Amino acid sequence: MMNIYFTKEHEWVRVQDGVGVVGISEHAAHELGDITFVELPKIGTVVEQFKLLGSIESVKAASDIFAPVSGTVVKINEALETAPEVVNESAQEAGWMVWIKMNDASELTKLMTRDQYDEYLKSL
Amino acid sequence: MDEKLKLTPLNARHRSLNALMAPFGGWDMPIQYAGIIAEHSWCREKAALFDICHMGEFLFDGDFEGDGLEDVFTFSIKTIPVGRSRYGFLLNEEGGVIDDLIVFRLAKNRAMIVVNAATIAKDFSIIKSRLRSGTFTDITDETGKIDLQGPLARQVLVDAIGEQIAQIPYFTFIPMQLLGCEAIVSRTGYTGELGYEIFLPAGKVGELWDLLLRDERVKPAGLGARDVLRLEMGYSLYGHDIDETITPLEAGLEGFVKFGKEFVGKQALLRQKERGFARKKVAFEVDGRRSPRQHYDILCSGETVGRVTSGVFSPMLGRGIGIGLVKSEAAGIGTQLTISHERVSMEATVCELPFYRCGSLRA
Repeated sequence: MMNIYFTKEHEWVRVQDGVGVVGISEHAAHELGDITFVELPKIGTVVEQFKLLGSIESVKAASDIFAPVSGTVVKINEALETAPEVVNESAQEAGWMVWIKMNDASELTKLMTRDQYDEYLKSL
Repeated sequence: MDEKLKLTPLNARHRSLNALMAPFGGWDMPIQYAGIIAEHSWCREKAALFDICHMGEFLFDGDFEGDGLEDVFTFSIKTIPVGRSRYGFLLNEEGGVIDDLIVFRLAKNRAMIVVNAATIAKDFSIIKSRLRSGTFTDITDETGKIDLQGPLARQVLVDAIGEQIAQIPYFTFIPMQLLGCEAIVSRTGYTGELGYEIFLPAGKVGELWDLLLRDERVKPAGLGARDVLRLEMGYSLYGHDIDETITPLEAGLEGFVKFGKEFVGKQALLRQKERGFARKKVAFEVDGRRSPRQHYDILCSGETVGRVTSGVFSPMLGRGIGIGLVKSEAAGIGTQLTISHERVSMEATVCELPFYRCGSLRA
């Protein structure tokens, strides 16, 4: 759990062996309410840090998801296509969205640690 | 929070239930408690309780014809039997909808008019200006209203209030003593399920709310679930699907307009009927789980033909559904549409209403 990082836009990335597993935070899932649709990029898509990765819709709102790190999408969570509510139930585990093969581990310094993110949430 | 927001008598109860609150029509209202989809499902399967105290109620006492009330709305008041209610519109001279409302015939010379929250002041002054005489009073503040909706609603009310509830047909109401006060229990609603709207003094609403929530078949539901439920039925929402620039004919609601009587806006509607109208309401189902939303563009064969007036994800259909206003030629059942907004795009097909057909409404 040490190697999880967060963005100000409430995405998380958990890094292992140069691959980042990406999702949205429990806070974001709670704020969105019932999630009804998740749009993910195709495998092989090249994404840039803080640029568009996908989108997510709830009964209340539609919002964009941004890539917490740059790299190539190597795996997507296909279960979310028919069961996007998994993101509400388990935003930071079963509700993961994509795996990104990272280009540059130094990008992680631009993200928040869990403690920093918790502080950030208090400031909102 | 906006200090000018009005609070219903149930406001503290919503807060103690940790409801998500938001402004609606000038009132601080609960949007959700447990979650919009959970509350929606509870209403479709059990019985959901809604705080609807924000809606407006007016009382008219007088001679409907002689005092002019008969000509105010698109439907006849004098032909409503005592104990029954009727839905229709208050129009402007151009035929645009000032409000949609229900009139309850309380007695030979007495009617209650139930209107939308955001339009209370406007409706009251316009109706008053069209009356020649009679007593016309805004009783919104002293009147509470809660709705119990769902297939189990009848049994819950029979158990809580009394056997007489079992015999109320659709769009019919009974006046009764409830918690020691005069109340009206009406078999109407906005969900497509068997349900009741209960009017009682504002000071007694909390007691009835608590009584009904003690029944484990009942859970509270907010305006978020109410919006999904009504849209699955294709019911229009004032300020979205109908407003002062949209006529009931364009909105597909001609069935609530009686041309055999006089009403303000009739000439405009007759002209529109004669000439035909350029825009029409459509209902459409999205091919997938994306939600259309208000103001999204509607395209047909690459051309923009209109806009979405209401849209949502339907839990019952497992796909996006919506209502929009489009050029009449794009309104045929089966027409393929594209719903578009910025980089979001979804394919949809024009369909018939209601979207959801298995409700307990007429059970």
